[in-house]
Amino acid sequence: MTPATVSIGAQFINLLAAVLLLLSFAMLSQRRILSLIDLFAMQGAVLFVSTLVVAFTTGQVHLYYSATLTLVLKVLLLPWILHRLIRRLNVKWDVETLINIPTTMLVGIVLVIFAFNLALPISELAGTITRSTLGIALATVMLSFLMMITRRKAVPQVIGFLAMENGLFFAATSATYGMPMVVELGIALDVLVGMIILGVFFFQIREQFDSLDIRHLEQLREE
Amino acid sequence: MTAGAAWLPIDAAVALAACWLVLGAAGLFAPRNLAYVGRLLFPLGALVALLLAATGLAALHASPQVMVLALGLPDLPFHLRVDSLSALFLVLLGGAGAGISIYAAGYFRPGEGTAPGLQCLQYHLFLASMAFVMMADDAYFFMVSWETMALSSFFLVTSDHRIPEIRRAGYLYLLIAHIGAIGILLSFGVLQGGSGDYTFAGMRAQPHAGWWASAAFGLALFGFGAKAGLLPLHVWLPEAHPAAPSPVSAMMSGVMLKASIYGLLRVTFDLLQTQLWWWGVIVLALGLLTALFGVIFSAVQTDMKRLLAYSSIENIGLILVAYGLAVTFRGFGMAALAALALTAMLYHCLNHAAFKSLLFLCTGSVLHATRSRSLGRLGGLIHRMPWVAWLALVGVLASAGLPPGNGFVSEWLLLQGFLFTPGLPHGYVNMLVPVAAAAVAMTAALSGYVMVKFFGIVFLGRPREESLVQAHDAGTLERIGLTWLAALCLLLGLAPVAVIGELDRVTRPLVGHGLGEAARAGGWLLLAPIDAARASYSPLLVLAAIAAVFALAVMAVHRLYHRRVRRADPWDCGFPRQTARMQDTAEGFGQPIRQVFEPFFRMERELPSPFDATPRYRVTVADHLWHWLYLPIARAAEFGTRLVAFLQQGRIAVYLLYSFFTLLALLFFIR
Repeated sequence: MTPATVSIGAQFINLLAAVLLLLSFAMLSQRRILSLIDLFAMQGAVLFVSTLVVAFTTGQVHLYYSATLTLVLKVLLLPWILHRLIRRLNVKWDVETLINIPTTMLVGIVLVIFAFNLALPISELAGTITRSTLGIALATVMLSFLMMITRRKAVPQVIGFLAMENGLFFAATSATYGMPMVVELGIALDVLVGMIILGVFFFQIREQFDSLDIRHLEQLREE
Repeated sequence: MTAGAAWLPIDAAVALAACWLVLGAAGLFAPRNLAYVGRLLFPLGALVALLLAATGLAALHASPQVMVLALGLPDLPFHLRVDSLSALFLVLLGGAGAGISIYAAGYFRPGEGTAPGLQCLQYHLFLASMAFVMMADDAYFFMVSWETMALSSFFLVTSDHRIPEIRRAGYLYLLIAHIGAIGILLSFGVLQGGSGDYTFAGMRAQPHAGWWASAAFGLALFGFGAKAGLLPLHVWLPEAHPAAPSPVSAMMSGVMLKASIYGLLRVTFDLLQTQLWWWGVIVLALGLLTALFGVIFSAVQTDMKRLLAYSSIENIGLILVAYGLAVTFRGFGMAALAALALTAMLYHCLNHAAFKSLLFLCTGSVLHATRSRSLGRLGGLIHRMPWVAWLALVGVLASAGLPPGNGFVSEWLLLQGFLFTPGLPHGYVNMLVPVAAAAVAMTAALSGYVMVKFFGIVFLGRPREESLVQAHDAGTLERIGLTWLAALCLLLGLAPVAVIGELDRVTRPLVGHGLGEAARAGGWLLLAPIDAARASYSPLLVLAAIAAVFALAVMAVHRLYHRRVRRADPWDCGFPRQTARMQDTAEGFGQPIRQVFEPFFRMERELPSPFDATPRYRVTVADHLWHWLYLPIARAAEFGTRLVAFLQQGRIAVYLLYSFFTLLALLFFIR
């Protein structure tokens, strides 16, 4: 690997990281469920490409497997399941009323600054070429968390949860060239199983309350 | 050494406790089969108890033995040890357990609470865990057995769990048992002193600095006191004892309370190397309060099992008074007097186990015969149930502390101990402790009053209800159990010299002195614990004198007066329409006490108006401590949990916010 390739690779990864952050903000402000799923799939695709690039530049063979896993799971399988789910649940055209998108965006920016500030000492320690992206990875995690908090419907919340996993995955790749294969496989399987279980829950929730609005769950507390 | 000689008492004791476990498990094969459980398993359990008592006696004469059982967690085996203190309490457990088990064999009726087989399991688990508590030689095994004891007895207490009050009583019992267990656990934590060695042998070897020793003692007192019914922690006792089936009440009051006394002795005199005199004074004061409180409250009860439960509190108080005295003497280095107080205490443990089990079992028979626990509905039962009545009389005499009974011996020994307190080398203590002797004497007198009330209202007079005519006497198995316990009472009352000779083996390792020689010096007939010139007691002479006076009086009445029995109506005060309900009631009998000790009670009274056609009189006597101590704690706990409940908003977004902010804060502070 020549230094030039590494440098171009690093530049390219930085670019992809920026796209990832942008997509996170887009998800934060997206009202329509269908577009949200598309954004999620795009995030997965970016993750796939960035893992591929890291694998190519650094020659870490196991990252190719990770990349394939990401492609299969996050770009194809999960979006397909989600699409099927909203078709079956008949919420395809659901639009969510979000409270005050500008404020949410501002909070998001503050979070990004916090994440960068946080990542600074860590990325100085990390010896990887991708170290500068650690802040973005953390920011993605926090923005996804924020998205879960602001949503009222069940499906977007689950997408937020999945997006958070994307951020973690990105953080792992950028800080240490990925987690051990066993851990990665385990997490991938967890996400899949979690998705299926949550899908079952959706049907149960809708059957109970005739809606997927989780505000109905507020009744469940003890008086 | 032959194989037979290698069979030590500890092996036998462990094997017998394991037999109890097997018997309990056997109850599950046919849980509803009353004949199988009642006629086979429980009598076998009684046999095991008898053998355990014999084993305990053998162990009392042998040197301490240890054993390691490779059960439990890996690398953490159970250590067991039987020394003279364990042996004595094993004798107590076996002796009382034999009577109670054989009684329980005849006690079960179909359709009462839990299935008999299940009760058999819980009961034998309870017995075995108590045996293991007395044999445990490390904190881990002790706590496992201790908690098994608490849980199995909880299930026994709540065997009639369909009744809300019983569930409530069981809950209260479990709660206080667990709070106490925390105290014990912390005490062991202090005792191991940072060495990480939780065996009792390791704790004995630890030097304990003054304040740490005091902390260990205080925690042990709290923990074991909660189980024994020490004053502020006594509230579960009058609730749980009446709730439980009678054999279980007998077991809990007679034996389980002693298990906590055993634990207290083990920690203070065995695990701790030094005893400070002021510990003894604190326990003395608390024990005195407990005794007075118990006896005063038992005087105003109208439920016979509650009355006995409060009387148990009183007896535990007396035991703790003796214990406090022993610690005080020991703290001042007066070994002989410490041995005297300790002997009085151990003697009273044995006595209370015998007579309180007997009395509780008698209430069980009365309850089965009449279906009533309320004293106001009983009366005149001596004609219908002569066996129970006469055997109860033995227990009542013992409990009242009257001379031929066994209660007298221990109370007398205790007062003997008090007579030496002016010799204490501390100004205030030697002036104040004799005052305590007066309070002990008053407790003894009042307990006599209570027992007259109990026996008089239940068995004497005329039946207060029509239905009492159908009352039947106890069955054969129940009679055997009652007779066994009554015989124990008589034995303990009439052979004090022999008993003290055995207790000598217990006190010698604990305080380095014993009463055996001094007691034997006066011959087997005369008990003189310190010096025959100071005080002595000969139970057989007293018995002979009482019998002689009684016989003379009977003869004098029959010979000199009119030689025949006349039956006539009593004087009716000019009011001919008298009914059995006009006899003195339990409320009436307790009224003077209620009047005299009014500030002690929290009373609510409803008096009928003179013009009421169907007058009803109601009085409830409650405990100030419940309102002053427990309710504020309960309210504070409820308030605290309400504050916590604010966290539960029901909105997922809020819950997510909690984790989000936690995450941010952690990231911020721990980066």
